[in-house]
Amino acid sequence: MLAFIIRRLLQSILVMLAVGFIAFSLFNFTGDPVSLMLPPEATQADRDEVRKTLGLDQPAYVQFSVFVKNALQGNFGISLRLGRPVSQLLVERLPATLELAMTAAVLGLMIGIPMGIFTALKRDSWTSKIFLTGSLIGVSLPNFLIGIFLILIFAVWLGWLPSFGRGDVTQLGYWSTGFLTESGLKALVLPAITLGFYPVTLIMRLVRAEMLEVLRTDYIKFARARGLTNNAVHFGHALKNTLVPVITITGLQLGGLIAFAIITETVFQWPGMGLLFIQAVQFADIPVMAAYLCLIGFIFVSINLLVDVLYYVVDPRLRVDRATSGGH
Amino acid sequence: MTIKHLFLQPPTIAAGVISAWCLAIGVMVALPAFLAFANPAFAASGKTLRYASQDDPQTLDPHSVNLLPTNRVISQVYESFVSRDKDFKIVPSLALSWSNPDAKTWRFKLRPNVKFHDGSPFTADDIVFSVERTLNPLSQLKSSLEGVASARKIDELTVELIMKEPNPVLINHLFHFRVMSKIWATKNAALTPQNFKANEDTFASRNANGTGPFMVKLRQPDVKTVLVANANWWNSASNEKGNVTEVEMLPIKSNATRVAALLSGEVDFVLDPPQQDVARLKANAGIRVAEGTDARIQYFAFDQFRDELLYSNVKGKNPFKDVRVRQAVAYAIDAEAIRQVVMRGLAKPTGSIIPAGTQGYATDAAKRLGVDREKARALLTEAGYPTGFSVTLDCGNNQPPADICQAVAPMLTQVGIRVTPNIVPLANYFPKLQRFDTSFYLLSWGSITFDAFYTLQALLATHAGDQGAGGDSNYGRYTNPKMDALLTKIKVEMDMKKRDLLIHEALLLNNSDVATLPLHQPVIPWAMRKNIEAVFAPNNIAYFYRFNIN
Repeated sequence: MLAFIIRRLLQSILVMLAVGFIAFSLFNFTGDPVSLMLPPEATQADRDEVRKTLGLDQPAYVQFSVFVKNALQGNFGISLRLGRPVSQLLVERLPATLELAMTAAVLGLMIGIPMGIFTALKRDSWTSKIFLTGSLIGVSLPNFLIGIFLILIFAVWLGWLPSFGRGDVTQLGYWSTGFLTESGLKALVLPAITLGFYPVTLIMRLVRAEMLEVLRTDYIKFARARGLTNNAVHFGHALKNTLVPVITITGLQLGGLIAFAIITETVFQWPGMGLLFIQAVQFADIPVMAAYLCLIGFIFVSINLLVDVLYYVVDPRLRVDRATSGGH
Repeated sequence: MTIKHLFLQPPTIAAGVISAWCLAIGVMVALPAFLAFANPAFAASGKTLRYASQDDPQTLDPHSVNLLPTNRVISQVYESFVSRDKDFKIVPSLALSWSNPDAKTWRFKLRPNVKFHDGSPFTADDIVFSVERTLNPLSQLKSSLEGVASARKIDELTVELIMKEPNPVLINHLFHFRVMSKIWATKNAALTPQNFKANEDTFASRNANGTGPFMVKLRQPDVKTVLVANANWWNSASNEKGNVTEVEMLPIKSNATRVAALLSGEVDFVLDPPQQDVARLKANAGIRVAEGTDARIQYFAFDQFRDELLYSNVKGKNPFKDVRVRQAVAYAIDAEAIRQVVMRGLAKPTGSIIPAGTQGYATDAAKRLGVDREKARALLTEAGYPTGFSVTLDCGNNQPPADICQAVAPMLTQVGIRVTPNIVPLANYFPKLQRFDTSFYLLSWGSITFDAFYTLQALLATHAGDQGAGGDSNYGRYTNPKMDALLTKIKVEMDMKKRDLLIHEALLLNNSDVATLPLHQPVIPWAMRKNIEAVFAPNNIAYFYRFNIN
């Protein structure tokens, strides 16, 4: 088990290097940060000088090796747009994104699983049909449109919730949290719903499909034959067995929520990493883009690892297999 | 301070996404019902102005970068020798008076009893220090001291600027100069502008200490910057002074969200409402839209250098080298239609490469050729292109230039010049032009000095290559020895009357050569709640000290 985890962590370094290398070979196409750092009236000499001081006159692989060398020493460079250390910027923005993504994921689970169970058990009820039709909207509507509609209804019409920003945050050491203030919680509602819309519908449909599958299996019939109550059968036997794929999907979704909160963060001016990244792209802010992409690579790999470990916890068969086959 | 600016509209990789948001906001604004629900909970408290625009300042260092979003906050905090009044006329600021004893010396009497925000007194030492800091190789503000070699302290309240070459409009340049406290900079190790190469994170990029009407209270990049009024400002008694005591500068990137925040009352002022929402915002009873003319010119230019265009079906010759072809383009473009349809009325068509209000502007040099498709076709035939030709028109992906390009293509195709618009992300657009990788392009330009020479020199002087300053933005590499001779004279002519005549000649030459083809001056809308009184400035900077909250 330990060897497995270590191996996966080593793989994650490879993934990050690959992500970094691909990123650097693409940076040539994102444009020239110098043209955005200098006003149009700058002379050619000015531009060349800035390009040289930033090392942008070097070929991509040289820039990449410099980046890796510095990154190994914990130095991700200075943002060309904000003039501050990239590591500092990411540390500042990470809490905002994580709080948003976690809230959205929790929403997904808390709403998605019960709705999934309900629609599986009461397949023919009207409510189920409404949930299922509604979920199609959730799957097919793009994030930004949901966000805009929520802003229209709850900020512009009703005036209940703010349309942008994160409200007041409390600083707990390095972590800035919006959970402790009223305005912070209010500000979290709309973006979390926007971001959570898709996971809710996805998890609901997944749980429903799995549940229907499991309810058809023999051991459920046996459980019923034993005279167990409906609740014991549904929640003790059926639900537990539907959870394995749900964990995988939720795990991958969480990675996705963190990585692709970009759109939601842009709509709500949520000061997280996604907003930082999209602005970095527009400014061709190479150090921020590189560090962000590597970080996202790392998050995906670690979440996958965590999901794999969770399998063992949830599914005893895997533990048995491993013990008998003597390893992966 | 760059008036011709890159960041007015979002350079975006997600243009499609944003236009979809715009559609959504269209729905939003069009629904009149929200007024009934307008929420008083967000109403302004005290005299705090909540200001939103799409860009956040890059830094607070006054000598580091020269970009409009940064200048919008720096110009509230730092001051110069001179400033500009409501009508954008130069007025004394930290300098009481100045004289120009000889072409190479400018002498300034400084204002006494001025204090920086931290309480340290303002003296000639601060000027000498700020001049050195501005002339530092790391500074991008060198153009604010065009021609200046060094500064010399005469006494506590007198300084001299020593010129390496004469500059008749030095005072115009100095408007963009910023005075920083020497004592403060020394104490906080901020003696030079930020050095990106050395991975420096300087104190002065996060903090500010000027003499200006506002002090920086809080700076959270991409979240907000809070300014408070400087109670000890030397010019507090000015009749232009409003009543704003605090300003929250909020960056809101998404167009739709920014407008929604204004409608819901979460912000009081939006600097850059999306163009398509302006008409609907105007129709809203709670919102006022103030319009002002931007001191920039949107113009077309042509590759007039190559013997064969890079992007055309004409081989072996360059049609744009023939003035008749350039005139044909001028006759084919209907600036009035672009104003109405593309710009939704937010533009002033002009034939002048410098905007009205600029030193040297002349109405007779601002006449457009007018629309005459017959004449355009005749000129093309005369030039040897009876069936026309095809060419690619390059433009940035910001709005409205991208729309202008698309609108111009069919206009030119009607007379036989088959234009394919090529819309390029801004981060790639400028490098492309700087490589001269274009045949025909659209750009906008303003003079930071509000003087004609700055524009003429950059756009019309023969491109001097890597050495010189001439023709730096002349990406079509237009060249005319007559123009160069005029510019050499204008540069050093200290007699303003004679100088204006020379500028006039140069403007007319630009028009007869169609060296550049001006289209219009954009009109800038500022949207605000009805209780806000704003004073428009043609450099598109909201000077908060002139704002009133009722």
